[in-house]
Amino acid sequence: MNFLFEPLSLVTFFPLLGVLALLFLNSEAKPAIRWTALVSSLLTFALSLWVFFFSGQYNPASGELQLVAKYDWIQVAGWNIRYYLAADGLSILLILLTTFLTPISILSTWTAVQERVKDFMLFFLLLEVGMLGVFVAQDLFLFYIFWEFTLVPMYFLIGIWGGPNRLYAAVKFFLYTMAGSILMLLAILWIGINGGTFSVPELIAQGNIPADIQMWLFVAFTAAFAIKVPMWPLHSWLPDAHVEAPTAGSVILAGVLLKMGTYGFLRFNLPLFPQAALQAAPVIGWLAVIGILYGAAVSYSQKDVKKLVAYSSVSHLGFVMLGMFAMNEQGITGAILQMVNHGLSTGALFLLIGMIYEQTHTREIKVYGGLWKITPVFGSLMLIASLSSMGLPGLNGFVGEFTILLGAFGSAAYGSYWFAILSAIGVILAAIYILYMFQKMFLGPAGEITHHHELKDLNWREIVTLLPLLVLMFWIGLFPQPFFDLMAPAVQNLLTVLK
Amino acid sequence: MTQLDFLVILPVTFLALWASLLLLADVLFLKGQKAILALLAAVGLAVTLGLTLTQSGAHSASAFGGMVVLDGFSNFLAALFSLIGLLGVAVAYGYNRRMGIERGEYYALILFSVSGMMLMAQATDLLMVFLALELLSIPLYVLAAFAYPRASSEEAGLKYFLLGAFATGFVVYGIALTFGATGVTSIPAIAAAVQAGTADTFLLLAGAALILAGFGFKVATVPFHMWTPDVYQGAPTSVTAFMAAGAKAAGFAALLRVFAVAFPSLAADVAPVLWALSALSMLAGNVAAIAQTDVKRMLAYSSIAQAGYILMAFVPFANEAIRPSSVAAALFYLVAYTFTSFGAWGVIMSLEKDSGESAAIADFAGLGKHNPALAVAMTVFMLSLTGLPPTLGLVGKMYLFRVVVEGGFYWLAVIGVVTSLISAFYYLRVVQTMWMKDGKPQVAKEDWLNFAIAFSALATVVLSFVPASLFDWASQAVFFTAR
Repeated sequence: MNFLFEPLSLVTFFPLLGVLALLFLNSEAKPAIRWTALVSSLLTFALSLWVFFFSGQYNPASGELQLVAKYDWIQVAGWNIRYYLAADGLSILLILLTTFLTPISILSTWTAVQERVKDFMLFFLLLEVGMLGVFVAQDLFLFYIFWEFTLVPMYFLIGIWGGPNRLYAAVKFFLYTMAGSILMLLAILWIGINGGTFSVPELIAQGNIPADIQMWLFVAFTAAFAIKVPMWPLHSWLPDAHVEAPTAGSVILAGVLLKMGTYGFLRFNLPLFPQAALQAAPVIGWLAVIGILYGAAVSYSQKDVKKLVAYSSVSHLGFVMLGMFAMNEQGITGAILQMVNHGLSTGALFLLIGMIYEQTHTREIKVYGGLWKITPVFGSLMLIASLSSMGLPGLNGFVGEFTILLGAFGSAAYGSYWFAILSAIGVILAAIYILYMFQKMFLGPAGEITHHHELKDLNWREIVTLLPLLVLMFWIGLFPQPFFDLMAPAVQNLLTVLK
Repeated sequence: MTQLDFLVILPVTFLALWASLLLLADVLFLKGQKAILALLAAVGLAVTLGLTLTQSGAHSASAFGGMVVLDGFSNFLAALFSLIGLLGVAVAYGYNRRMGIERGEYYALILFSVSGMMLMAQATDLLMVFLALELLSIPLYVLAAFAYPRASSEEAGLKYFLLGAFATGFVVYGIALTFGATGVTSIPAIAAAVQAGTADTFLLLAGAALILAGFGFKVATVPFHMWTPDVYQGAPTSVTAFMAAGAKAAGFAALLRVFAVAFPSLAADVAPVLWALSALSMLAGNVAAIAQTDVKRMLAYSSIAQAGYILMAFVPFANEAIRPSSVAAALFYLVAYTFTSFGAWGVIMSLEKDSGESAAIADFAGLGKHNPALAVAMTVFMLSLTGLPPTLGLVGKMYLFRVVVEGGFYWLAVIGVVTSLISAFYYLRVVQTMWMKDGKPQVAKEDWLNFAIAFSALATVVLSFVPASLFDWASQAVFFTAR
């Protein structure tokens, strides 16, 4: 059982202690259930911070995989599968983002989720285990298990606690994502058999996959990750899932689950199939550009504010993909930072929308209006989150998008300025749809709902839920250097593999 | 005949004798005391399992002039069949009482059928294969019609019997042609004759094709699957559960033995046929299952699809290097399928109305709220059948796909994963109905049934985390080929 006491195992599986505790609670004892879930997720967050920054076991200056937990798992019948966990600069921010967003999401459900609270928290904590596992697994088999496992709790979260059309959205989410990953499964098996191991670092070190096969494998992995991201034109599950999911589900979906796709590209597609990645870069780049512009344009035309934010995700993640396949330092670091940024700003937007929805039970933009006057705190926080999402200088979104555009501009893999130029238009479009939304909902004369409802401003719990997100938005916006420093060495390592 | 001969067939002999005694005991001593009878049946199966385990890995031996053999393959399957028997008795006890079909011969029939399955795994002569096939099938025909005043059960029994007899005819004819081609019926001797080039290739091919058709019926692959939905639906569910796992595993045991040992040189001709059967089963089974509203029929079509998945492992059997993992993958998946399918049928039994009428998927509505434990178990089984973590079904499917990918049959693998995706749709519908729809399901509380369900669910989940020893055991299940 030694493998369970490795630092990363502890972080990954710590939420299971919460699950265990929840099983012993009466399902009617709602406050106790909520507190148990919150405390266990907070402890997971504290543990992850401790492991990375205070235990002295993680050296941020090194680009190598660290905190390695490597144990034999299935070593019979020609299998060479290990229990292999490790983290480096590519994953550390995403691990922390996961442990950070989970307690926030749980806090946001305090009054919003009233039915089957126990089941909700069980699935939520299980989901956290799956997500953390995806970010730390270094064995393809283990990775696949975590990857597929995240589907199950998310399916339940959407399907049980979602909106009116939840069944459709849940199944669509499940089948879409599974469609991608089954092709990846075959590619994983091919690699595992022909490479003699499923351990990613060893496979990268071997690096002898023939170029033509690389392309097939690249495509198979891309199927899984591109659907998850989601890249245009595979995005159609996302608006449904987001709109129907409960607020906490949307936050995690946008904040972390989508990043599993981009992380997959970063961790597997680039270093395992470098030649294929280089060849495919312009294609992926164009898809990203289309996604940026398309997502922005469709956002503008939405009547439902949650759908607007959902489509804006397509646009934002287009930026992430654009940066990553620029395949230079600026592009990749910008992409990683933008993954975090999107988690923060979109997470905050979903939380805020959820808070007003809890009171009014509608998300139609046109029925709101003049909200700022009635709920000033809500309006101010919404403004900050919106500005962060559209990339205003001084806030986090700007740093990420700017770095990505720099990367795309100087990218040898793209070999054309048009990628950056067209994407820059996306930044302007973002400003248009975000400000349009803000203006309709918060400024101007009082709308139908604002008129008839006794709207309450945010309470303390809600402010506490949002505050950490806002602090980070400013932090990354004003002093991004520590975040870049965390990922830089690992990105350098990745670039040497790509050369 | 030596002592060793009897040692080789010790478990199966014990079980058959025990079944005979059980039959007598039911008539003479234990009138009306079905609980004791069930217990005795379970004891007999447990002892058989124990005897089987003592034989594991100890030695491989051929007996009765090469008619039967004891090797890793037969040992693995014998253990599996004893387990299937035990689960079959456990789920049947309370269910049969509730359905008013509690009759003593039930347990004896189960035991006879299990001994037939065990013999099937041990047979190394085509005549033995035939005998074993009859020994396992005839009790099943009776069992399928066990709820006999109920028309659907009678229909199931008759249908199964007629088509089964037809299929057995195919096997016999195939055996005859093979004998005509080679002059022998012993499986190793056939292999030798084929290798020496003395066999008539055309007759041999025809024989192999007929044998394949016959066993294709037993394991329910397309296009020999027509009986499956009706029989699975009409038979008492306790029988269906036993049959779905047991008959399938036994059919595959015979297919593996006959094709991997006797006909490897025919691989070039047979592999495309297997390829097509496998692909068709996966496609037809999974697509047809989508349209079902009756949960028993849905699982029947699912079992056709599952047969297709297992059949995938056979396709590369021509490749000497892959053959051991091909056998191991099939065996491993049979274990996974046994737990999963027994568990799923068990849950259906708990929900079945006392009238014995088949259950609709809609009847599962609200199970998650009213009986979360049962709903969790069913969710586990559905995930396992789909091939999702954390279940044994995923690990088993990985193994099957690995063999196919290793053999270079990429398109078959693609069909396999795409049909898995299709299957997710209807398996999820059950999950969705249980957890996301409201209803008041009526659940029967039967201790042994619940035990079997819990045991299957735990095995499905726990073994998926520690599959190594099971992998190891399956991969040691090699054939004894010395002559």
